[in-house]
Amino acid sequence: MAKMKALVCRECGKEYPTKAIHVCEMCFGPLEVKYNYEEIKKNISRKKIQDGPQSIWRYADLLPVEGPTFLGPHAGMTPLVRAKNLGAYLGLDELYIKNDTVNHPTLSFKDRVVAVAITRARELGFETIACASTGNLANSVAAHAAAAGMRAYVFIPGDLEAAKVLGNLIYKPNVVEVEGNYDDVNRLCSEIAGEYPWAFVNINVRPYYAEGSKTLAYETVEQLGWRTPDQVVIPMASGSLLTKIWKGLHEMKTLGLVDDVRTKINGAQAEGCSPISTAFKAGRDFFKPVKPKTIAKSLAIGNPADGYYALKATAESKGSMDMVSDDEVVEGIKLLAQTEGIFAETAGGVTIGVLQKLVKQGTIKKGDVTVAYITGNGLKTQEAVMDAVGKPHRIQPNLASFEKTFKMGKNGGGDA
Amino acid sequence: MIKVRIPTPLRPLTKGLGEVDAQATNITEMIDTLNTAHPGIKDRLCDDTGELRRFVNIYVNEEDIRFLKGKETSLKDGDEVSIVPAIAGG
Repeated sequence: MAKMKALVCRECGKEYPTKAIHVCEMCFGPLEVKYNYEEIKKNISRKKIQDGPQSIWRYADLLPVEGPTFLGPHAGMTPLVRAKNLGAYLGLDELYIKNDTVNHPTLSFKDRVVAVAITRARELGFETIACASTGNLANSVAAHAAAAGMRAYVFIPGDLEAAKVLGNLIYKPNVVEVEGNYDDVNRLCSEIAGEYPWAFVNINVRPYYAEGSKTLAYETVEQLGWRTPDQVVIPMASGSLLTKIWKGLHEMKTLGLVDDVRTKINGAQAEGCSPISTAFKAGRDFFKPVKPKTIAKSLAIGNPADGYYALKATAESKGSMDMVSDDEVVEGIKLLAQTEGIFAETAGGVTIGVLQKLVKQGTIKKGDVTVAYITGNGLKTQEAVMDAVGKPHRIQPNLASFEKTFKMGKNGGGDA
Repeated sequence: MIKVRIPTPLRPLTKGLGEVDAQATNITEMIDTLNTAHPGIKDRLCDDTGELRRFVNIYVNEEDIRFLKGKETSLKDGDEVSIVPAIAGG
């Protein structure tokens, strides 16, 4: 029997065939893949996973594709970095950075979800792939489409960082810059998706696409030596990543790959776009959409599709949520770079800023095994830190000029 | 006359039409008018208490009605309304 049973409505439970649909036609709730865990359990083991490919596809038994051909064969299995310096600075004994700044091929966690989405889209017979994106997703769709020889349309807001725009154009998809913010792009794409026979990875293919994020949970557990962390800190845009990490952890328990899950899930947003964190702090289980205004553009979703479920997952796990200012985002980027040598994009600054806050509040404690998810690369959002990192020391090409600048003595010198 | 764009899951109720016209002065009235012309549409958009379902998004001239006056948002001749079920994305 197949591992996928059906698509099921998260609200009313109505089941649908595993096609390219994302909305329950009865109550309009979002659809999710329903698996046959009894069957999967018979086939899966720690050893089988460890013997698998060095990519997300080592967890193919838990991903919503039929196989055996997988597009995006190198996504995932990014380093879990033991962050001793940052841990010491924050006062944490065991802090890890899940470093998706080096994901393949486009340097963000979106390579995971797109690998799953494009594989499923091909299985369902689509020839054109599309997305609504704040940047990273578009880059990943464009690159994967080029490699797969598929036609692509990527829709982005009009105010994206230069590297994220260029990071689309180079692969030659149809890049559509919409005059508006991400929520405008998203609404437009929902309407376009209804008119054309395309695989919109985060609209009609979303039930499959979103599952790719679970691999961040699986990899973390495996890389920790089959342990679940005590605390995780996750950046939130639509809230999907957070809910899928929570789901992934629980699947590992269901399948007997770990004994227990006691992980507290913590969500991070920027103050200029924090509909989910704001609702959490107010003790509400629903959010109010906002008009985003933050340098963390990759998280600038004012009407988050999974906001409701992110609130639920965080509450169930007894975790927390918080938000940081744009200045704190920049400080977070610099702190991670200068302690661990990892250059994160603005979303990473949000995660580190909120991690720092949660430690200060005592929400995350010294002995907690903590994992911070760094989901995108700093080279794509250079505008955010350009004015906060100083300038190089410019010298003449001679020793005297160098020594004058650095005030060198006989025994070596200090900083300029 | 108001132009209303109908999402795919509701088109079985509008004989397959992706766009229909309605005469209404606000969103509540528009839903009632649509329901008269296409019976069953209100049940799909609203829950038992008459409130819009959690995952239904309505836009007037591209603006989310939650930034306007919700169901009381007024409509005038020539306005365009979009109904988007279960906003996706992200």
